[in-house]
Amino acid sequence: MAEPEAAALKRTPLHAAHVRRGARMIGFGGWDMPVQYTGIVEEHRTVRSAVGCFDVSHMGEFEFRGPDAERALQRLTTNDVSTLEVGQVQYSLLCYEDGGIVDDLTLYRLAPDHYMMTVNAANIEKDWGWVTEHLDGRVEATNVSAETGLIAVQGPRAEALVGRLADIDVTAIRYYHFSRGRVAGAPSIVSRTGYTGEDGFELYLAASSAERVWDALLAEGKPDGVAPIGLGARDTLRLEMKYALYGNDIDQTTNPLEAGLGWVVKLAKPDFFGRPAIERVKAAGPTRRLVGFEMVDRAVARHGYRLLKEGAAVGQVTSGSYGPAVDHYIGLGYVPVTLSAVGSLLEVEVRGRPQQARVVKTPFYPPKVKKA
Amino acid sequence: MATYPADLRYTREHEWARVEGARARVGITHYAQDQLGDVVFVELPKVGTRVRQMQTFGVVESVKAVSDLFAPLSGEVVEVNSSLTEHPEQVNQDPYGGGWMIIIANADGKELDALMSAAEYEKYLQTAGGPGGH
Repeated sequence: MAEPEAAALKRTPLHAAHVRRGARMIGFGGWDMPVQYTGIVEEHRTVRSAVGCFDVSHMGEFEFRGPDAERALQRLTTNDVSTLEVGQVQYSLLCYEDGGIVDDLTLYRLAPDHYMMTVNAANIEKDWGWVTEHLDGRVEATNVSAETGLIAVQGPRAEALVGRLADIDVTAIRYYHFSRGRVAGAPSIVSRTGYTGEDGFELYLAASSAERVWDALLAEGKPDGVAPIGLGARDTLRLEMKYALYGNDIDQTTNPLEAGLGWVVKLAKPDFFGRPAIERVKAAGPTRRLVGFEMVDRAVARHGYRLLKEGAAVGQVTSGSYGPAVDHYIGLGYVPVTLSAVGSLLEVEVRGRPQQARVVKTPFYPPKVKKA
Repeated sequence: MATYPADLRYTREHEWARVEGARARVGITHYAQDQLGDVVFVELPKVGTRVRQMQTFGVVESVKAVSDLFAPLSGEVVEVNSSLTEHPEQVNQDPYGGGWMIIIANADGKELDALMSAAEYEKYLQTAGGPGGH
């Protein structure tokens, strides 16, 4: 097993709450996290039909303050930070010089000279090293990951539930925007973002108040059919949306254009890490693309399985599972551009046998996010 | 329904066998289905396949994991539960009933001695079992 011993795993502020509620715990990116409570499929459906609460406190948060914060973040990230207003959130990437991806992230503009960056749990140390090594000018960076709790509330009933516990009008928060308020009495950044394709919020809290807010959400949400949701359903929910998972679908060997993330790379903005390499890829055209596929034969594609075309290896599956809401075996993988069109037939090598798959339009499941 | 019915024999890999005359019905235990979580796919051999005791005869996949299935007894596969193709969730819902997997025509009755009784299996789960036990 690649995961370290349970004793060596880090714990979020909600660890005891998960254990108390009977979650099945697993090692994930160095953290002891709930993989499921009642079952992945049931939890997935709860989020699609009602509302679920996720502990994502293992994710990392870095703050950047100072008059040069915007300029420094422009150099570090691929999206255009100058377009980010106070109260707005931006999806973005950190790239290496060669265009490979350090991490994907969300960037919050908290005040004119104050930003917060949320990064993947398994990458916190790597990202912190990269960011601080390349930071320049009058900007102070702080790693606040350990003090920050993060709860995602996702699903069609999320707005009603968070609305009842918040002292602000959460209906006024637009998609990829945030507001500050108290939720169950705890000061919080209430962000209309998520990783499920459903409407919902991510609540940034002091780690010390995370458990109180978690318990309040689960108590107050009973009439809404709320349930705590583990990482298993978080993965199937994001897969149905074709949201990239770092370490599976994107990493240091993939560039944003082949991953379908060109929309967060703004080549017209001032210089940033990875730009020359990404420009070269753009000029030449990417040779491969991350596509979504559905199995034609009955088989489950898994991360690492080979993708074939008429028996010849052409790529690899990066994510694959049963999609509970689409009720199909689905997956993502890199294939040559010539094989990437919707309708293209491929094979997935499952236990030595080629099983037919078809490239389909993504997301697999139509998103229900509330875009104003 | 008993968690580990007394009329079944059990493997260390968490399969069960129910002797039905000269044949043995085979599935996975409550413990196995619970540890796997939602079963979404079961790959079974064709009727006529010969299986050997403790060799793999198929694969069960949950949302998160792929696991081999081991034959509790040697013999010829004479029936396969084809309803699992459309309804793999029966393995979770009814592991000793609708979730059965194959029926083996068994030639060697002595192989049963290598399998555990329900009491032995429960003891085995407590000592070698996974997180939490039952």
